[in-house]
Parts: sequence; C-alpha cells; structure tokens
Amino acid sequence: MSGNPFDLDGQDIAWCPGCGNFAILRAVKDALADLDLLPREVVLVSGIGQAAKLPHYLAANFFNGLHGRALPVATAIKSVNPSLTVIAESGDGDMYGEGGNHFIHAIRRNPNITNIIHDNMVYGLTKGQASPTSRRGFQTPVQVHGVASDPINPLTLALSLNASFVARAFAGDIPGTTAIIKKAILHRGYALVDIFQPCVTFNRVNTFAWFKEKTYYLEDAHDVSDRAMAFQRAAESDRLPLGIFFAEEGRPTFAESAGVFGEDAVPLFRRLVDSERLGALIETYRGKPLEDQKGS
Amino acid sequence: MNGKPRAERGELAVVLAGEAGQGVQAVESLLSEAFRQEGYYVFSGQEFMSRIRGGSNSSLLRVSGRPVRAWSDRTDICVAFDEKAVRHLAKRLQPETYVLGDGVPVGEGWRSIDIPLRKLAKDAGESLFVNTISAGILWGILSGRRETIAGVIRRFFSGKKPQVVDSNLAAAEIGMKLGQELKRSGQVSLELPPLGDRRGRLSINGTEAVSLGAIAGGCNFVSAYPMSPSTGVLVFLAKHGRDFGIIVEQAEDEISAANMVLGAWYAGARGMTTTSGGGFDLMTEAVSLSGMTETPMVVHLAQRPGPATGLPTRTEQGDLNLALYGGHGEFPRVLLAPGNLEQAYALAREAFHLADAFQVPVILLTDQYLMDSRYDVDDLPLPAAPAEAAIVQTGPEYGRYAITESGVSPRGIPGWGEGLVGVDSDEHDESGHITEDLDLRVRMVDKRLRKLSLVAEKALSAEWIGPEEAPNVVVCWGTALEIAREAVAGLGRRDLAVLHFRQVFPLPEEMRRRLEQADCRILLEGNATGQFGELLRQCWGIDWQHRILKYNGLMFSIEEVRAGLRKILPGEEVE
Ligand SMILES: Cc1ncc(C[n+]2csc(CCOP(=O)(O)OP(=O)(O)O)c2C)c(N)n1
Repeated sequence: MSGNPFDLDGQDIAWCPGCGNFAILRAVKDALADLDLLPREVVLVSGIGQAAKLPHYLAANFFNGLHGRALPVATAIKSVNPSLTVIAESGDGDMYGEGGNHFIHAIRRNPNITNIIHDNMVYGLTKGQASPTSRRGFQTPVQVHGVASDPINPLTLALSLNASFVARAFAGDIPGTTAIIKKAILHRGYALVDIFQPCVTFNRVNTFAWFKEKTYYLEDAHDVSDRAMAFQRAAESDRLPLGIFFAEEGRPTFAESAGVFGEDAVPLFRRLVDSERLGALIETYRGKPLEDQKGS
Repeated sequence: MNGKPRAERGELAVVLAGEAGQGVQAVESLLSEAFRQEGYYVFSGQEFMSRIRGGSNSSLLRVSGRPVRAWSDRTDICVAFDEKAVRHLAKRLQPETYVLGDGVPVGEGWRSIDIPLRKLAKDAGESLFVNTISAGILWGILSGRRETIAGVIRRFFSGKKPQVVDSNLAAAEIGMKLGQELKRSGQVSLELPPLGDRRGRLSINGTEAVSLGAIAGGCNFVSAYPMSPSTGVLVFLAKHGRDFGIIVEQAEDEISAANMVLGAWYAGARGMTTTSGGGFDLMTEAVSLSGMTETPMVVHLAQRPGPATGLPTRTEQGDLNLALYGGHGEFPRVLLAPGNLEQAYALAREAFHLADAFQVPVILLTDQYLMDSRYDVDDLPLPAAPAEAAIVQTGPEYGRYAITESGVSPRGIPGWGEGLVGVDSDEHDESGHITEDLDLRVRMVDKRLRKLSLVAEKALSAEWIGPEEAPNVVVCWGTALEIAREAVAGLGRRDLAVLHFRQVFPLPEEMRRRLEQADCRILLEGNATGQFGELLRQCWGIDWQHRILKYNGLMFSIEEVRAGLRKILPGEEVE
C-alpha cells in the first residue's frame, strides 16, 4: 500500500519480528487513510509499553505520555480542539492495569475519541509479567505458580459502564481490524477497540494459532443496538467473538457537555480571555452601597 | 505588650466561635458587610475543624479605619455559641476580652457575660436565629446604625421568602436592644474605632484572588480533584466557567487531573489544576512529564499540614520541598508564593505567562490561611492586553524540540499549520521521536536546563521592607508577608527590616548581597524544619542566627511574631 500519507520511513522499530503490533500499525494507518484524514488532523496519544510506541511509527501528531495515562490526555486534547481526530492507544497493562481508573472514567465521560488496546495478555516491554487480561494459571517469572486472579473482560466492563461503542478485533486479520477501526473513528463518542495481539516473545500460550482457533466474527445479524445481547456475546469464553458488539450514536460527548462550544466551534487556542467580562466580575467584589438595593 | 488601649490601636477585634454548622460564618458575613458599609477596613480569617457538624470553629474580624490584612491573637469581644468554644479559644482571650454567650465559663483570663443566646433564639422562633441575634448584640454594643444592619440582613436573605427576612430583622432587633442595654449599663464598654476611607475598595479572599488571577492569565481549562484547602478555586471556576469559556472537569483522581492539564496545553489551551499536598504527591509524575515534554503546566498547590492527611482544614508552609523536588529527573520549574491577595491575583496570572513562555511547570504555592483570609484591596488590575499563547503555526519540517540557544523551542500545536507536533516522555530527538542516542540525550538535557538560567534571570524580585541598612532582617516567603510586615512595623525599630520572597524558585539574585550583609538573619516560616531557610543555605550559603517556626496548624499571629522578635532583639525600641 504505497502512497499512504501516514507511512513514515526511517524509524528504527523496536518490535520483535512477527509481533502482532505490525499488523495493528498497518490497520491503523489504512483506516486513517481510507477515511481521507490528513496526518496533521490526527493525534495519537499513548502511554508506555511496546504497544505505546506505535505513534512513533506513523506520520501524525502524537503525545507519547506516561504509563497508563493516555486517556486523560486524549480526553483533554479532544475537548479543547474538537476538530482533531484523537486516538488513545496502548497495551493491556497500560490501559487496564496502570490506567484502569482512567479507563472507567473516560468511558463515563464519553469523549469523542477512539481507544485502541493491543491486548497481548502479557507485559511485553518489562519482559513477560502477567497483565490484567492474562488468563488464570498463566505462568511468568513473577506469577511463578500461575496467575491466581481472574482476568478483566474489557468488553463486559465497558458495556457495564454504558460505553457507547464496544468492539474487538484480532491482529491476525488486518482488513477486518481496519474496518472495525474505521467504524470506531467515525463513531461520535468513546469507542473501545480491544485488539487481540499475539506476543511472540513472552506469551507462548495465547499465540497466533490460539487466537486463530478461538476467535470468530459476530454474525451479520448481530444487533449492535441491543446492549443486553452485546453483554451476553462479550461474556462468551469458550470461543471469543470479534466485531462490533455495541454501538449507540447520539449521546452527548465530553466536549459537548463541557458547554464552551455551542454555537462557537472555535478551538480554545484561538480564543482570548474576555477582559471586559473579567472586569465586570471583579467589580462585583467592590460591594454595592445598600442604597442601591432599595426597590430591587 | 498587647495592652494598648483600643482607641490607640485604632481597631476592634471580634471573634465568633461555635460548632460547625451553627452559623459562625453567617455572623461573620453579616458583620463584615455591615462594617464595610460603614466605611471600615475588615480583615476576616477562619480556623476550623475537618468536620461538618460539632467541634469548635472560629472566625476573626479585625475592623479598623486603616487597612488590616493579617492574623492577630488580640480579641476585644468574642461571641461563643457554646461553652467549649471558650476553652478552644482560651489562648486568644486576654483579661480585657469580653466573652458573651450561653453559660460562658467564668475565668481569670477574660470577662464573661452570660447571655441566654439559645433561649432568646427559641423565643424569637427558631434556634437558627442565634446568628442574627448575635450580630444584633454586637451591633448594639457598638451603637451601630440600625439602617445598616437591617440593609445588610435584607440583602443577605434576599433570595428567601419575605417571612424569613422579617423574622431575621426581628431577631436582629432583639439582639440590638440587648447590646444597647449591655452598653448603657456599663457591662460592656467598647467603641467603634475611628472611621477610615475604605469605601470603593474590593473585598476578596485568597480563593477568589487566585481564581480571578487564573482567568486573567487566560486559563480556559481546569481539571482537579477536590481537596481542602484548594477546592474553592475549582468551585469558583466551575461557577464562572461557562461565562469565560473555561472547560472545568472534576477528574477521577489527581493523576488524571494533572495529565488532562498537559493534554489541554499540548492542544493549545491554558490549563490549571488545583490541589493540596497529598494530591500533588499523585501529580508528581505528571510534573516530571511536563518537564520532559516541555509542555506548560500550572499547578495551584494550597498547602495544609502533612504528612499524609495531616490537619485537613488547617494551614502550613510545609510543602515547599515537595513542590521543589516532586517529580523524578532533572528539569527546570518555577515556584511562586504570593504574600498577599494582590500577589495571589498577579502571580496566578503570571504563572500562566511563565509556563507558556518557558514551557515549564509553574507551581503556585498558597495555603489555607491565604485561601480563607478576606480583606480589602485597592484594585485587581486587568492585563493591558489579553494573554496570548506563545505558540507558532508549524511549517512542513516542524520539529517540536528544535535545539535553540535559549533552550526554548518554538511550540506548535496539533492542527495549526502544516507540520506535525510530536511530544514524548521518553528521551527524544528534535522531532519528538524516541531515541537512545546518548549524545543527543546530553544535548537535550542541556537544552532543557538552559531554560532554568533563563527563568532565573527573569525571577520576580524579593521585597525589602524597612530601613535599607537595617542590620537585622526577618526573612519570610509566601503568606507570611503581611503578618511579618505588621509585626515589624509595630515594633518601630530602625534596625530591623523584612525580606519577603514571592518567587521561591529559582531565587531572584538581586537581594542576595543585602541578605549576606545583614548581621542578624531571622528566618520566619510556617513549618517545623525551615525549608526555605535550607534552600537559601543551599543556593546562597546563607546561615541563620535565629529561626521562628510554627507548625501547630495555625498561621503566625502578629503578636507571636512580635514576641519572638522581642526575645531575639532585646533593648530599646527605636522611635
Ligand atoms: C509508572 C510506571 N510504572 C511502571 C513502568 C514500567 N512499564 C513500562 S511498560 C509496562 C507494561 C507493559 O505492558 P503493556 O502495557 O501490556 O504493553 P506491551 O509492552 O505488552 O505492549 C510497565 C510495567 C513505567 N514505565 N511507568
């Protein structure tokens, strides 16, 4: 796919050969290009981890911040300049572990952003410890006797918080993943895309073959407006459905609720403080003489 | 030493004390407004417990014909809503203090006057009338004008039903009669001080000063998590947010709040968060991120005593080191510490300018004492021109971290211009991409640290108050300013001055010589370890002959500072 404006040459990519992140990078770039977006209109916000390095490997604006903190940053960026397309992206450890509290509250705010999680069920960058989505019994140098906690199910968690768009993809299918990401970006509101991503170095259990065998796409007849059904499908554990589980348009976004745009869509950086109004507010502290009150 | 006759002191100090929820603050508001209406300057301050009901809280009103702007332990008259309030206040009562209230314990240290406040309130119709009755009593004792207090009450209850206004007016009347009687019978003899020229001035508190200053600085994004004593700023900006186009969000925690502020600045807004020590602890990683990504950031840090939860509603100057060292790695920052309400306004505004101009975190250090102190200021000047962001429209080859001589790289924002704006918490190259080129690392560290000398050159001056050649100097920072000023002025010595710092990091160099040349340097700080004194020792090699430190949760009083100085500097007070 030469000619994609989001392609960026000359980067020394830090991912292992065969890593699922390459496919996710391809899908993100394809989705952005298919939507006719320009790099200057797009901001990728990430935390820390192997997944979180993705913004360095494509041409766009980026804020590669702290481990776990991409969502607050992304929420703020979108709210002060709603004309930007904002994607918050990181690994499962980053988004569901370190940033778990932000994950919950970002969903409640419904910012108009896309939240992509590279879900490899392990901590990659720190060399193979358990993540919040690691399955019970998964053995690591730290979880020597196997993980003893239940994994988070990000989809049912998001649905329980009434997320307005909930989807899951598999890095093994780039066109399928691209299609889901495109829908997520077009969705007005918070959109979760959890992407199964094989980690070839630290996860020898949930491999490419494992995901391939375990996953299947939701049938076309699946009704994305049925939240109860979405919940039921997202809770399946024998085999793991992919696709858009739930989508609901029309809810107020964070920027809309913030109440500073209304008629005036000018981003905040183009606005100046209303000095006259400030002067009037300051004057209220001068204290009115009591006489003024008479008759009022 | 405190025994000067009232008339000579030219002021009247009223203390109101009672349980949380009893309406101490309502009486304070009524009386302050009444005094102001008459043309007096009023300082009001509060000390209260971290609870919604019960306990003992108090408000101080200093009323004078001259500007008053500092905490004092003198009490001329106190209204105690309950018995334990008197015990709570004992240290602030003098033998000549009148203490009025229900079953006021008879003590050596004050003059008690038993007034059946609760019964009077019940007779008037409701126990809540204790407030208006008390205000009436004080007003009656002082022979205040009926129209004034009535007008203030009408305004105070203006949103309420007419019966509420009428019954409060009646309650005030009951109080006034009683007060006039106490005065006629000679039981209480107190006068209003000589009138001043207060009219036309603004009456604000620290919360309002910081908030208004932030708006003046162009603040248009606030994200914070509630924590005393910083919450008032969040509340203020929430109230006025829509009028000024400010996005206001209560974050899920301080980590989120601080990271949102960085996101906001990155995209071109001017963001602030407001917090106290414990919240700042959680923000320190974001402060470090501000340093690394060179994304501006403004943090209002209203101090209260720690460690941990400490004394949530009280005051201390204990978080200087936290603000100075919080956040890993080495990067420049600016610490501002307003000494009074004018400075709180001006420095809140300046914080936005400095953060923007130097792309560094700026921390505005206040405390509960300042947040809750209200007094009169001449004016809060509007900026000559509205704050404009120091951002550039990017070209196609734009790189966020161009290495420049000053260390400041032109700051672009996403979506404005042809270029791409990339920022990274990893060490990065000039285009913001992650790097492990170790030579580049050194160049980037040097670039970031060059900004520190730049900020230091522009450091806001310290203020020397008193005789230029004074061999003795009291050194303080932040909210101790007005207390030190009044305490030292009252001593009337030609050999003593005050040196106050409103920027505590980086330090303004120009006062260094004078400070070094003083014979006797006295450190005055509201903490237990003299953190600012240690900073001056570290930066300038300053040693201290004396230290006056306080850390019981209350601010210094003028009298305490004076007593401390008298001990240090015996001998005649020079006229
Ligand atoms: C505050 C903080 N704690 C810990 C780390 C170390 N750390 C970096 S990435 C990471 C987890 C990586 O796992 P994940 O987010 O799943 O991403 P992956 O590398 O697997 O893509 C950790 C623990 C850090 N950078 N910052």
